Amino acid sequence: MSDLTLETSVAKVPEAAPRSPPASQIGLVGWLRANLFSSWLNSAVTLLVAYLVIRWIIGFVEWGIVNAVWSVPDNQTQACRDLKGIGACWAVVTEKHRFILFGTYPYEEHWRPALCILLFIGLYVVSAMRRFWRKELALVWVVVLAAIGVLMWGGVLGLSYVPQERWGGLVITLILATFGLAFAFPLAILVALGRRSKLPAIKAICVLYVELIRGVPLISLLFMASVMFPLFLPEGMNIDKLLRAQIAIILFAGAYLAEVVRGGLQALSKGQYEAADALGLSYWQKTGLIILPQALRLVIPPLVNTFIGFFKDTSLVLIIGIFDLLTAGKTAIIEPAWQGFGVEVYLTVGAIYFVFCFAMSKYSQRLEAEFNRHRRR
Amino acid sequence: MSQSTTDPRMLRAPPKRPLRLSWSDERVRGIVWQVLVVGLLGAVVWWLWSNTVHNLEVRRIATGFGFLRREAGLPIAESLIEYNPTDTYLRALMVGLLNTLKVAVVGIVLATLLGTLVGIARLSRNWLLAKLAAVYVEVIRDLPLLLQLLFWYAILQSLPGPRQAMQPLSGIFLSNRGLKLPWVEWQDAHSFALLAFLLGAVGTWLYRRTALRKQMQDGQPRRVWPVALGAMVALPVLVWAALGAPWTVDWPELRGFNFRGGMTISPEYFALLLGLTLYTAGFIAEIVRAGILAVPQGQWEAAQALGLHPGQVLNRIVLPQALRVIVPPMTSQYLNITKNSSLAVAIGYQDIVSIANTTLNQTGQAIEGIAIIMLVYLTISLSISLFMNWYNARIALVER
Repeated sequence: MSDLTLETSVAKVPEAAPRSPPASQIGLVGWLRANLFSSWLNSAVTLLVAYLVIRWIIGFVEWGIVNAVWSVPDNQTQACRDLKGIGACWAVVTEKHRFILFGTYPYEEHWRPALCILLFIGLYVVSAMRRFWRKELALVWVVVLAAIGVLMWGGVLGLSYVPQERWGGLVITLILATFGLAFAFPLAILVALGRRSKLPAIKAICVLYVELIRGVPLISLLFMASVMFPLFLPEGMNIDKLLRAQIAIILFAGAYLAEVVRGGLQALSKGQYEAADALGLSYWQKTGLIILPQALRLVIPPLVNTFIGFFKDTSLVLIIGIFDLLTAGKTAIIEPAWQGFGVEVYLTVGAIYFVFCFAMSKYSQRLEAEFNRHRRR
Repeated sequence: MSQSTTDPRMLRAPPKRPLRLSWSDERVRGIVWQVLVVGLLGAVVWWLWSNTVHNLEVRRIATGFGFLRREAGLPIAESLIEYNPTDTYLRALMVGLLNTLKVAVVGIVLATLLGTLVGIARLSRNWLLAKLAAVYVEVIRDLPLLLQLLFWYAILQSLPGPRQAMQPLSGIFLSNRGLKLPWVEWQDAHSFALLAFLLGAVGTWLYRRTALRKQMQDGQPRRVWPVALGAMVALPVLVWAALGAPWTVDWPELRGFNFRGGMTISPEYFALLLGLTLYTAGFIAEIVRAGILAVPQGQWEAAQALGLHPGQVLNRIVLPQALRVIVPPMTSQYLNITKNSSLAVAIGYQDIVSIANTTLNQTGQAIEGIAIIMLVYLTISLSISLFMNWYNARIALVER
């Protein structure tokens, strides 16, 4: 009986068209309801945040674009001063951008630090691509860094000689960060291996080094580099200030990177060590062929995060008077005509730092996602 | 791991081989390597040391810490203890240390609060709030702290002078001389009320411990909050009222070119605190977010299925598990705030680094000055690590 009624009813009613969900659940309206206005509290938060954000954006656009002064005729900053608090004075950046980027490097030779900056960026991009991750990359680093040294100093190949005291700006920041990294990384690997070594004396030295450096602020190391290093050296021998700061930064970064590398060494399963031993490999064969390739791979994302921190930390050389990007920015507004326009200059300098750090941070996130792909279900 | 210890073969120590004087013996190689490394390092240190001693003699630089007892003659703008320039270097350094601790402790508290809020906001189901928190974290973490400090200091300096001071709330003035707040005139009654509050807090803690122990025995939950309210709010208020309830507010007033009265927060301290708090909060937000995400969804659901109300779910189930993930990285953030407070020297807040630096410039005793800085920070770092390790051990997972 029931079969019969069912069949007749099916036959009689025309097949219903598949109904779509109500308009309030899908599309833009649905999204808004789910993400912004799901409850009255949520709606209140949304409206408040939206109000504040829109007000800030309008305020910033008015200050930074609508009312801004973009250039002034030769250092006549009165137009800027009249608009203080109402409009930004980007004229200070227009006027001083060469100084902020290149410091006191001879004006007609500015193409040399500019080329160095491009070389650095090229080096970073090539190093970031996994297809180039092989032994030859180390050679590329050596060649490019040597080329940068030649370009900056000059004195050969028809380039005029520029003493180190005249270097400045962005290129100093990149030099401190890149050379610091290139030397700190091998040091960090040795220290990390030493800290896990079975030999008590070597382990003690490495632990002492890492804990000492990590317990004190970078500034104290930089002070040490600027006032104590000259006392350490025999009379008459002198190394310039930039190199001294560079050594302090290498020692500092080495300790922090060593801890990251040690994390990778610890994460590796014991079986890898035992298998390498069972194959009869020597300590250095085991480390170089089995342990390090796997351990370093594990810690690449935290390594990149450490690099970001370390890139930002190079700005601390301002305190001992080395002419990096931030110092150049701070010096640009010392001139009486441009005093009081710190906000504009720091925003510009900040934008440059941000571009580098943000790129590294996004890169690290992408790598992490790629490395964890096998873990995702 | 646990199986191998029960394996009887593993309990026996491997037989000791006699030491053979050959390069193929691992122990001989180990000893040779260590002697080489220690010898080399010792030689380098000895070389640097002898150079230093020689240089100090040639330049006639005094050594030792005798200068600490001499008159400092350096003015310090803000100080928690009484100080004037005729005091000794030792006292000046103490002032600097207290200034460092002042900014570090307040910074740690504020950054933890703000960071936790931002971290939770980033997980909010409100899209706009979550995005705003994400943008904040991304931007603040990708800019050097020193740049941020200089930026805030530049903004504070470009504020109008005291006569045109901004007044966000009546009685609060913001000018290029800093922030002026009304402040209660401190009297003995206030100190006693504070003491009563501290005693009340200890009492509440003791009561809570006993209540939990009794609950373990008879299964009856006991309310802690009435006791807390009585001991930590009612008791101090009663003490204060019994002593005559003094309440004189010291309002800042414009006199001539500057303010009189009230409490002052100097632009240097304000910029440093603002920069440190905002910067570190960005990192703490990420730690808090990771900690909350680390608690599996099933834990929330299971707790709700047991009939716990939302507060209990958070307090009893989620937070204890999240804290295990949060505490270790939080420790390093607290250490970072303390170490980063040394950037004060760039904006002229007189912390320990700034005063030790002035000291070493005045006396020429660089080694002693830097040794003091390093010693102070090593001590602070070690204390924070020890405390946080103790706390971490307390909340760590108790396994069989």
